[in-house]
Amino acid sequence: MSDNILEIRDLTVAFRTEQGPVEILQGVSFDVKAGEIVSVVGESGSGKSVTSLAIMRLITDPNAMISGTIRYKGRNLPGLSAREMRKLRGREIAMIFQDPMTALTPVHTIGWQIAEQLRIHFGVGAKAARTRSVELLGKMGIPDPERAYGCFPHQLSGGMRQRAMIAMAISCDPAILIADEPTTALDVTVQAQILDLLQDLRREYGSSIILITHDMGVVSTIADRVLVMYSGRIIENGAKSDLLDKPQHPYTLGLMRSIPPMTGERPHRLPSISGSPPLPGNRPEGCSFRPRCEFSFSKCNAAPPLFRCNEQFAACFLAENGSHQWQRNSAQERTGE
Amino acid sequence: MLLAVVRRAFDMVFVMFGISVIAFLIFFATPGSDPSARIAGRNATPEMLAQVRASFGFDRPLYVQYGRLMQRLFIARDLTSFVNRGQKVVPAVLQATPVTLSLVFGAAVIWLTAGIGLGIVATIFRGTVIDKGLMLLALCGVSMPVFWFGSVMNLITQSRFHDTWLFSWVPGLGYTSFFESPSLWFKTLVVPWFTLSVLFIGLYARVLRASLSENYQEDYVRTARAKGLSESRIMLRHALRTSLITLLSMFGLDFGALVGGGAILTEVVFNLPGIGRLTYQALQNLDLPFIMATVMYSTFFVVLANALVDVAHAWLDPRVRDAR
Repeated sequence: MSDNILEIRDLTVAFRTEQGPVEILQGVSFDVKAGEIVSVVGESGSGKSVTSLAIMRLITDPNAMISGTIRYKGRNLPGLSAREMRKLRGREIAMIFQDPMTALTPVHTIGWQIAEQLRIHFGVGAKAARTRSVELLGKMGIPDPERAYGCFPHQLSGGMRQRAMIAMAISCDPAILIADEPTTALDVTVQAQILDLLQDLRREYGSSIILITHDMGVVSTIADRVLVMYSGRIIENGAKSDLLDKPQHPYTLGLMRSIPPMTGERPHRLPSISGSPPLPGNRPEGCSFRPRCEFSFSKCNAAPPLFRCNEQFAACFLAENGSHQWQRNSAQERTGE
Repeated sequence: MLLAVVRRAFDMVFVMFGISVIAFLIFFATPGSDPSARIAGRNATPEMLAQVRASFGFDRPLYVQYGRLMQRLFIARDLTSFVNRGQKVVPAVLQATPVTLSLVFGAAVIWLTAGIGLGIVATIFRGTVIDKGLMLLALCGVSMPVFWFGSVMNLITQSRFHDTWLFSWVPGLGYTSFFESPSLWFKTLVVPWFTLSVLFIGLYARVLRASLSENYQEDYVRTARAKGLSESRIMLRHALRTSLITLLSMFGLDFGALVGGGAILTEVVFNLPGIGRLTYQALQNLDLPFIMATVMYSTFFVVLANALVDVAHAWLDPRVRDAR
């Protein structure tokens, strides 16, 4: 498959603790195609951020053990030297972080920080870097980019800061942009603007975007494909429309049900998934969603592999023989037919 | 800007005034601190005491005494010692200043270089044996009292190992002006510099280590990594640059206090005729004019250092710059 720009296979991240190794990620595998927006959703602690940090090799904890392959344009990232990896970071794969409040160095102007990246990767002079940075800030929809160039992070609003952050991330025209909850710290109107901006970027530069979020609204707005993570695994993977309409995994179904319906009568109380996700060191035998699953049955005592189900993949034995009855029922429930 | 400077200068004068009043009251007006009794000696007759009192002006009201003292210290500059009558205070202080400045400047260069260096090395190797070893060493440096450490250094360099190749170059205790002989100036000061800086090296290395490792937990260091910056650039341009704010504030205050006579122990142990030793001598025989002069001198530098730290802080930290 040559149109896969990123291929991740069996990515496992474990941390050594006093109680022995704890697996945060358990064999995560997925592909990202060129120009595709892949959205990774899941609760806090499901391993979304760890996945993105592992791709960037930004997990610096000496107790972390990382295995698996991450192929970017055919090169295995974990096998690269620190120097080669540095050249890739920011240049080929860039990252946007959740909180633009703390993700920019407080003592340098944002312009300086963007220019720094340009100068590191392209070796351009100070003047050219400056011109380009101002241009980027303007493209991000920042009014008066000349002035913004000389602003320190604390002088800008959260939305402006996140735009500056994005300007920095795309400054070297990366092939992949990883956005780790880029809108979580922002209010809703700004959130919509930032999502628009990300879509523009894909259109204009053709970069792939891995968007990490726990917001199903964000997913439905922007994603081409959705990966649902639960307790360190990908439990469902499919095109956005398929996955949102016909969730194959009970967990995805639970997530979908917890969104208030746009039409029809408002439910008195939104259904929620009972219980809470297991701690990574304390997962149940077999399927880790089993204790919270209303459909669990005898087979669930073994860990389910990803079953193919039309164009989707789901890690659930219910999906073993293709799409099943309950999801059709629940789809009707949801649309109120 | 000008307004800020004027306001600052006014603050400085106000603080110096307050401290001068407190110091004056402590030495001239606390019960049992009758200066004329001390000047007249132990077996003075009441007539002698009265004579002393009249000749030094101790029979006048306190505020007149204070005013005269300040006038003679700052305006006429002819204040003389109570102990060696005729020895003028102001020239003695001015004479001692270059000695203290030489000592403190040299030590500051050493402690900044070594403190920052050790702090960075410990941060790079954080969690390893190197880090723990360095921090233990730094703790030793902080814990050693200067008067003891200085004496040990003297014992080693002046006596026990003085005749070996290692320390035969160390000249006897004392001070030689830089303009007299730069090489001798340097040689006499090397050991005092080292002694004085050890405490601060330890302190600065530990503070910097703590501040840097805190910065390394911050999101912006992760951003810097994600940008593809080299580790050295992340350390110097991002983490250290942010930590410098803390370090510089500390440095300004320490430096001001030392220039103001805070190196008293080092100066006494190494027999350097600086402000600290002057204060020490004045305190030993309760020479009040000298005490007042050195107290005012030291207040001036501490207050000045505070003002400079504020300016530098605003210069280094844009968040502070905007807050005013």
